[in-house]
Amino acid sequence: MPKEDTGQFRRERIDRGIYARSSDIFALSSWREMNYLLLPRILPVVILLAMPLALELAGNEYWAKVMVILAIMGIMAMSWDLLRMAGMFSLGQGLFFGLGSYVAASLNHYLEWPIILTIPIGTIAGAILGTVLLLGTLKLRGIYFAMVTLAFPLLLVRAIQATNFMGGTEGVKAAAFPDYWTIAYLAIAALLVCFFGLRRLMNSDWGLVARAIGQDDIAVTASGIDVTWRKIQVLFIASGIAAFAGTLMTHFLMYAGLSNFSLEYSILPVASVVIGGSGNFAGALLGSSLLTLATEALRALGALRIAIYSLLMVFFALMVREGIFPYLERRYHQFERKVKVD
Amino acid sequence: MSAEPILKVTGLSKHFGGVTAVDNVSFELKEGEFLGIIGPNGAGKTTLLNLITGFLKPDSGKVYYRGKNITALKPHKICELGMARTLQMVRPFYNLPAFKNVIIPLCSPRSLKFSGSQYGERDDIALDYLEEVGFERDSSVPYKPAGVLPHGYVKRLELARALAMQPDLLLLDELFSGMSMSEVASTMFIIERLRAKGMSIIMVEHRVKELVRVADRLLLLNFGAKIVEGKPIDVISSREAVEAYLGSSQEVE
Repeated sequence: MPKEDTGQFRRERIDRGIYARSSDIFALSSWREMNYLLLPRILPVVILLAMPLALELAGNEYWAKVMVILAIMGIMAMSWDLLRMAGMFSLGQGLFFGLGSYVAASLNHYLEWPIILTIPIGTIAGAILGTVLLLGTLKLRGIYFAMVTLAFPLLLVRAIQATNFMGGTEGVKAAAFPDYWTIAYLAIAALLVCFFGLRRLMNSDWGLVARAIGQDDIAVTASGIDVTWRKIQVLFIASGIAAFAGTLMTHFLMYAGLSNFSLEYSILPVASVVIGGSGNFAGALLGSSLLTLATEALRALGALRIAIYSLLMVFFALMVREGIFPYLERRYHQFERKVKVD
Repeated sequence: MSAEPILKVTGLSKHFGGVTAVDNVSFELKEGEFLGIIGPNGAGKTTLLNLITGFLKPDSGKVYYRGKNITALKPHKICELGMARTLQMVRPFYNLPAFKNVIIPLCSPRSLKFSGSQYGERDDIALDYLEEVGFERDSSVPYKPAGVLPHGYVKRLELARALAMQPDLLLLDELFSGMSMSEVASTMFIIERLRAKGMSIIMVEHRVKELVRVADRLLLLNFGAKIVEGKPIDVISSREAVEAYLGSSQEVE
C-alpha cells in the first residue's frame, strides 16, 4: 500500500474491491456498499437499453442505427473472446458471420421463410457448418490455427465469385425487420443474454476446463479429458453466436453479400479484445463498442479516419496493455483517501 | 491380487527420424507392484511413459492393460480405464488457484464415475486431494494461484492432479526432480501410503537411492533398450548399470 506524505495529510490507497467482494452479506448493510457493487453492473445495461429509445426520440436515425451495429459487433467480439479462451486464436470470425448471414438470406429470399425462422435456423446452420469446416484444424495451435481460419473466409469469397453461387457478387436480398424497435431491442437483448450467459458458462467447471485447454492442452489431456471434443463444443457455441450476429446483420441491412465474409468482421473482434482486455467478455464488449463508435465518429474525416483509427489502436496496444476494462476495474476497486497525520 | 499383470508391454519401439528412442522394450507389472525405471539422460524413459499412456503412438509393439490392448487408444481413453500419469514438465494452470487445478481432472469421465464428484462438491473434493499430498488445508496455500507456489508444491500439485482420477496404475515421471531433500522425504511418505493402499506404481526417477528403497523391481534403460531388470540391489550393482552411468571400463586405457 503506497503512502505519500502531503503536509498534514497523507494519502492512503485502499483496495476496496477485495473487502466488498469477500463479504457479500456485508454489502447489504448500506446503500453505499450496494451501489458500489451494483452500479458498474447495472449502469451499462441501463445505458444500452435506453440509447435506442433516446436516439430515436431525438430523431437521430443515423446514430440509432449505429447502436444496432454496436450490439452486433459486441456479440461478434464476445464469440471471438470465447474461442480465444479455449486456445483457439481465430482470424476468421467472419467465416461464421458470413455463413449465418448467407443461410438466413437464402432461406428468406429463395424459400420465402419468415424472419422468425431464418434467424434461428441460420444460427444453428452457421454453428454446424462453421464447426464442420474447422473440424480438421482443431489439432492446430496458435499461429497455425489462426492462418487456417484466416484462409477460410477468403476461400469462400473466391468460390462464390467464381461459381456465381448464391447470387455471386450480387449477393442475396433479405427481408427487413418490421421496424427499428424490433431489431434494436432484439440485438441488445441478445447481447445481454450472450454476455451474462457466457460469463456464467465460463465460471462453471465446464468453463474452467475450457480455459485450462487454452493454457495447456497437454495437461488437460493428462487429466483424462477429451480435449478435441471439448474444443468442438466451444467452437460450436462460438460459431453459433457469430452466425447469429450474421443473421441479425443480414436482416438489418436487407442483404447478404461477399462483404459479410470480409476481413473487417474477422479483425474487429481481435482489435476489440486487444483494446478492451480479454478474459471476462466485458473487455470485449467495451472494446467493440469504442471501436464501432470511433469508426462512425471519425467517418466525417474521410481518408484520415483510418490513420487516426490505427493510431488509437497502437496507443491502446502499447499504453494500456492489460486492456481498458481491466484497467478501469482495477482503478475502481482502488480508492484513495486523505488521512490526517497524527 | 490376480495373476494377470495390470500392465504388459511387448516389443515396444519408437523412432524419431533416424534416432531410436525406445528399442524393443518388454516388461510386465503385477497388480500392486512398484516398478522403478532408471537410466541416464536421453535413455528413453519419458518416451516409454508417453508410449504407454498413449501420448505417442509406437512404431511397433503392444501395450496391454489388464489384458486389454490399449496401444491404439487416445490418452483420455487410457485415463478412463484407470491409468494416470504425472508430467515431467509440470504444467499447472498458473493463474488458477491451486485447488482449481485439481477440479479439471475431477471433470474427467473417470472421476465422474465415482460418486461425490458432482458439480458444487468438487471444490471440497479437490481440497481433500491437496491435503492428501501435503497442502495445509487451513492455510491459504491451496487458494494461491499455482504460478506463485514453490516448486515442491507445484510438483505435489501435479501428483494430486493425477490422484484425482483415482487411478489403479500411477505413472510418475521424475516427480522428485527439483525437490529439496525434505520435500523428497515427505513425498516419498505419500507414495508409500499410496502403495500400501494397493496402487500399482511405475516411477521414472533419477534419484536411484530413493527408488532402491521402495521399488519391488528396477528396470534399467539405456539408448532406448532394456539393459537389466530385477531386484533393485541386483540391478544397481550389476556391471551393466555401472557401464550405463559411468561408461565401460575397457575403454579406459
